[in-house]
Amino acid sequence: MARIVFWQPDGQRRDVEAPAGITLMEAARLNGVAGVIAQCGGACACATCHVYIDPAWVSRLVPVDDMEEGMLETAWERRTNSRLSCQVEITPALDGLEIRVPPRQASN
Amino acid sequence: MISTILIIGGGQAGAQAIDTLRREGFKGRLVLVGDEPELPYQRPPLSKKFLSGELAADRLPFRHQSFYDEHRVELKLGIRATRLDAANRKVVLSNGEDVVYDRLLLCLGAVSRHLTCPGADLPGVHYLRAIADVPQIQAALKPGTRAVIIGGGYIGLETAATARKMGCLVTVLEMADRVMNRVVASNVSEYFAHEHRAHGVNIVCNTRVVRLDGTDRVERVVCADGTSYEADLLVVGVGAVANVELAADAGLKCDNGIVVDEYCRTSDPAIFAAGDCTNHPSLRFEMRVRLESVDNAFEQAKAAALNMLDRPTVHDRVPWFWSDQFDNKLLIVGLSQGHDQQVTRGDPAQRSFTVCYLKGGELLAVEAVNHSKDYMAARKLIAERARPHLDKLADPQIALKEAI
Repeated sequence: MARIVFWQPDGQRRDVEAPAGITLMEAARLNGVAGVIAQCGGACACATCHVYIDPAWVSRLVPVDDMEEGMLETAWERRTNSRLSCQVEITPALDGLEIRVPPRQASN
Repeated sequence: MISTILIIGGGQAGAQAIDTLRREGFKGRLVLVGDEPELPYQRPPLSKKFLSGELAADRLPFRHQSFYDEHRVELKLGIRATRLDAANRKVVLSNGEDVVYDRLLLCLGAVSRHLTCPGADLPGVHYLRAIADVPQIQAALKPGTRAVIIGGGYIGLETAATARKMGCLVTVLEMADRVMNRVVASNVSEYFAHEHRAHGVNIVCNTRVVRLDGTDRVERVVCADGTSYEADLLVVGVGAVANVELAADAGLKCDNGIVVDEYCRTSDPAIFAAGDCTNHPSLRFEMRVRLESVDNAFEQAKAAALNMLDRPTVHDRVPWFWSDQFDNKLLIVGLSQGHDQQVTRGDPAQRSFTVCYLKGGELLAVEAVNHSKDYMAARKLIAERARPHLDKLADPQIALKEAI
């Protein structure tokens, strides 16, 4: 298990206890975290699960691959700490990770 | 005053409508009736990672039960809506209960088109649409199983790829002269047929199934030219039809789907519909469409929810679709019907290329094979009705977003 902290677009903090092995996107979606739309369910086909990772954690995540890079390129307000949350699997090492959800996603 | 909103159908559209209604401030009674016993779940993995066992069942639902509890949603699952009494704004359920509504949202989805040839009713003829369809197919997915897939569309090819990865000896029987012929360009069809063959799938086109043979269960598929295929597992993926029975019986206008306007309203002003079951106008593409698409279900349900709350919202999106087959990702955006020009960017031999469709110089649709950049750029360009330069468009060295 890992505790993931999501900061929703409305400024509200949502703490989610998530099992290792699922993705950040799934942890957000299953718990109804606002702003993580995740239409394609993790197929890396929609770019609607874009989040900002706490800069201190960025280098500890699996790197962005070509497919994710292509999707992120046109994401709304991409930053250096942008990720598609469907591409990051939760491990116990991510306990305490903080994530900000942007107010907009690619689809809206 | 809208005090009760009733949603029939617990798929993508129904689940999304709940989300939007509550987030947008609807405080009244919210009821969702779904004929499947599971919490609303994602269907796309059923032919992909859920079928292969890579994705566990607890990862399929959109939301945990706690989300519905927290948002005061009455889930009536494993229950069918048996009759819609539009005059009295009432729906009769299979458990004998009636629900009276102020607004009704129909998210009835689509049902698999069934084979009608002799033998089609034999046990062992599988369709893949719901979680309940999966265990029997899954049980047969092991090395050496002779799997025959009827239909070379998305479901057929995704199922074929999954079965092959699990060691089955797979044959795909397609009636048309190429796979996915209704949805992609011929070079995309060729690419995917080649990929399947390279992985050992036997793809047979131009073949029509005329009969299924077997004693206690289906054992053999017989084609018009006399060839036959032994089947330990048979999966049929020959398309789907809109599930309109409840609506049609209630007198709502239906024509290849429940007919709705751009506000997702049916011919009854208190009844809305969203998702695969609707026949709706596309203003961008200037035609009426019925789409089998996660994106459409999601966006149309969102618009329907807002319209039910009397916040007029037009549903007019550029639809998109995807398919995963082996390690290939096919991404499609837009609708190519009516195009007058077709341009391919890149070389299929490089395993990454894009087909662009234009009409009167405007970008209409794009099919991107393993090329997420072109796909994402196209989503924006198609919505903006962009007019790309043809020579730039044909040059894969120039990014698609720079081709205007």
